[in-house]
Amino acid sequence: MSAISRDEVANLARLARISMSDDELDHLAGELDVILGAVKRVQEVASADVKPTSHPLDVNNVTREDVVTPSLSPEQSLSGAPATAEQRFKVPQILGEE
Amino acid sequence: MSIRDSAASMAAALAKKEITSVELTNQHFDQINAVDKDVHAFLYLDKEGALAQAKEVDKKRAAGEKLSPLAGVPLALKDVMVQKDVPTTCGSKILEGWKPPYDSTVVSKLKAAGIVILGKTNMDEFAMGSSTENSAFGPTHNPWDLSRIPGGSGGGSSAALAAFQAPLAIGTDTGGSIRQPAAVTGTVGVKPTYGAVSRYGLVAFSSSLDQAGPCARTVLDAALLHQVIAGFDPKDSTSINQVTPDVVAAAKKLDVKGVKIGVVKQLAGDGYQKGVENKFNEAIAELVKLGAEIIEVSCPNFEYALAAYYLIAPSECSSNLARFDSIRFGLRVGDDGARGAEEVMNLTRQAGFGREVKRRIILGTYALSSGYYDAYYGSAQKVRTLIKQDFDKAFAKCDVLVSPTTPTTAFKIGEKSNDPLAMYLNDIATIPVNMAGIGGMSLPCGLADEDNLPVGFQIMSPAMKDDRMYLVGGALEAALLDKWKKPILDFAPKLVGSK
Repeated sequence: MSAISRDEVANLARLARISMSDDELDHLAGELDVILGAVKRVQEVASADVKPTSHPLDVNNVTREDVVTPSLSPEQSLSGAPATAEQRFKVPQILGEE
Repeated sequence: MSIRDSAASMAAALAKKEITSVELTNQHFDQINAVDKDVHAFLYLDKEGALAQAKEVDKKRAAGEKLSPLAGVPLALKDVMVQKDVPTTCGSKILEGWKPPYDSTVVSKLKAAGIVILGKTNMDEFAMGSSTENSAFGPTHNPWDLSRIPGGSGGGSSAALAAFQAPLAIGTDTGGSIRQPAAVTGTVGVKPTYGAVSRYGLVAFSSSLDQAGPCARTVLDAALLHQVIAGFDPKDSTSINQVTPDVVAAAKKLDVKGVKIGVVKQLAGDGYQKGVENKFNEAIAELVKLGAEIIEVSCPNFEYALAAYYLIAPSECSSNLARFDSIRFGLRVGDDGARGAEEVMNLTRQAGFGREVKRRIILGTYALSSGYYDAYYGSAQKVRTLIKQDFDKAFAKCDVLVSPTTPTTAFKIGEKSNDPLAMYLNDIATIPVNMAGIGGMSLPCGLADEDNLPVGFQIMSPAMKDDRMYLVGGALEAALLDKWKKPILDFAPKLVGSK
């Protein structure tokens, strides 16, 4: 039985906000099945008594002094945007017509 | 003075005023013009910016100002590192034409040191790959054999060094992207300890693994560049607030008497090319002659490192690459006034991302999904703990650990591009270092008998003991040079038009 179905891949693509053609979905489902078959080996040694490591450094809640320093101007911040209006990022419509 | 010299020799010639930085920079642009149509190491050349910086350094030198050791020496910058007003694509269509409005910390430090940035080098899209074949702008070719890959993801940087288009380069290493390209091009590449070099302005792929580092043709050159780019940065919350060890002094020491060198049992054998193993063993014999003590060590969990990496890195990438949303920068596709934001985003990401990037985003999205999280991402994080424990045990007995950098020499372009798993195997020996956040170096240790292509020797050192890999690397490099009578790149065929 395959680890991942074409429908699951389609759902993941939707969650990841990537449109995919039927061809892309077919191809990817096959590839992911092979890759998942290989990477699931991690389960062989991941017993309950082993603590997970999320990061190589043991640091948390790193803060620095709140000092005002020069930062980007609105023009610089918007310089790479595909569309802008009135010093803002211009976004395609986010609400439907109805 | 030749473009084939080391960066250290170039710096010395500049200091003695035997050559100006403008002359040196122009010589490198001449070489790029002559060979880059065949090599394709660069995605963008910043001739104007480079010459302005060179002129500035020359002016300061003429005025007798004190300059940093590498002032006026040219460098090639991997296109994943942002440089103000210079196009930064990460090898992706989704960022084509984007000009960052700020400098990364690494770039700020390079500029402050008077280093001349020639341009941006090619790479696998968003640093995902081992061959540069995943670049949206076409592959880079290995100067040793143009039909072969220069490694990846930083194949542009390593090829630029091997083709004498630049004496120094910057790479980034998430699973081997500095060390593997160095290995297959006969150059030197160092992944410093995680947190030793700031990630501010490095476009994120897998944040808990990504680390920028120096690429060069000699160990000392890498050390000199390491010294420039390393150091604490408050703009990176995972930057280590400690003094950088004196890597330059270590590279110059050339004495490994009594140094305990651990050979990792698991990074050899099945899957490793015969000629790679032979050259690795010959290098070990050199180290024995130099008085080092060789110890075999076992790291049983390294066997699971590759599997864990291909869950952790895609998981982090699926989150990091969410920023390419067609709103704030880069490409926007299908915005016809009728389509909504989500559809435009979907179409943009379909058109802007290549196959490998999509594959990893979907894989990561899967591994992080509820219902699968514990089985995949959670298990991978536990493997990470086990790998760290293996390293801790080994470093209790040894000063450094060593292995071949890659299981094979450079393969042919196209040979593995349709088999993701075969491609992932290139990183089998380099990934454990990233998982534990420690330091790793690759330096050339000879040419494999089967194909006359360079073999990489990997040295791994504990966190913030990066000087140890320079100590061992420098001594081994000197011993091998003594044996070969000339630098390894002098064995490479001369490129058409090369100076």
